[in-house]
Amino acid sequence: MTVVHARSKGLTDRETHYCPGCTHGIVHRLVAEVLVEEGLLNEAIGCAAVGCSILSYNYLNVDMVESAHGRAPAVATGVKRVHPNKPVFTYQGDGDLASIGTAEIVHVAHRGEKITTIFVNNAIYGMTGGQMAPTTLPGQKVTTAPDGRDPAHAGLPLRVAEMIAQVPGAAYVERVSVHNPAAVRKAKKAIRNGFLCQMAGHGFSLIEVLSTCPTGWGLSPIESLKWLEDNMIPYYPLGVLRAPEEA
Amino acid sequence: MAELRGRVRIAADRCKGCGLCTIACPEEVLVIDHRTVNLKGYSPAVVAQPSGCLGCGNCALMCPDSVITVERFGKQRRAAHV
Repeated sequence: MTVVHARSKGLTDRETHYCPGCTHGIVHRLVAEVLVEEGLLNEAIGCAAVGCSILSYNYLNVDMVESAHGRAPAVATGVKRVHPNKPVFTYQGDGDLASIGTAEIVHVAHRGEKITTIFVNNAIYGMTGGQMAPTTLPGQKVTTAPDGRDPAHAGLPLRVAEMIAQVPGAAYVERVSVHNPAAVRKAKKAIRNGFLCQMAGHGFSLIEVLSTCPTGWGLSPIESLKWLEDNMIPYYPLGVLRAPEEA
Repeated sequence: MAELRGRVRIAADRCKGCGLCTIACPEEVLVIDHRTVNLKGYSPAVVAQPSGCLGCGNCALMCPDSVITVERFGKQRRAAHV
């Protein structure tokens, strides 16, 4: 008998506060599994962001620092410079990273800090009640745009992975999704590559994970996966956007 | 009795009943049991057809709350069940 899947030791025993079907839980588990499998669990230091993932320090079984809104990359920079041999990562949502934290994420890549950022993009501000985020899709209905986002008024969504991929200091940038089991496997591989890239000293790595927000989108968890696949993936194409040459 | 290829277990008290495991399962082994409510107030997923489990682990891959444990049986163990 082989245990194919059991709860990872990289997760604490606490139940998450996430809504049913929120894919934050999947991404948490992938980060935990990668850290366990690469033997980094006792070494890793994480920086939590503000948003739904603010309590990620309660769920990931590693030492973590809570950062001010959007400033997780700046905090991670400090941690990494004090502990240059430890794996350091930030776990941020799109309301945190793509809006108030845009300066920090661009400049952490610009400086080529050897940290890994897990960027969970669900195209909405989930925690505060479903307002429009910079990543909200055109026509998507949110509480601050009840008729749908109007690009003439609010602009077009920000493609963060593409933006970071063209910064010279970024070493590994990939966009993945978690809408079906195959995508989850690819997402895990991408997160592993991000950490390996950091430990090899190549530079900054960013893994953008397309995620769902069933409560904010007003859909059931299963409908949300379908909505992600049909609407988000065409605008946010999946794939490796930047990788070290020898990798 | 048919060969048992895998076994799936769900920590029903921690399940939020989102149903992502039910669509990930290729054999429709898991369903949401609307007749019960767990301590959290959700109707949890239950193993409706244990004999159909392939031990693929897709349900556990999609579970946001990591409440699913999947085991796969080797050929020896399968023979013991025949």
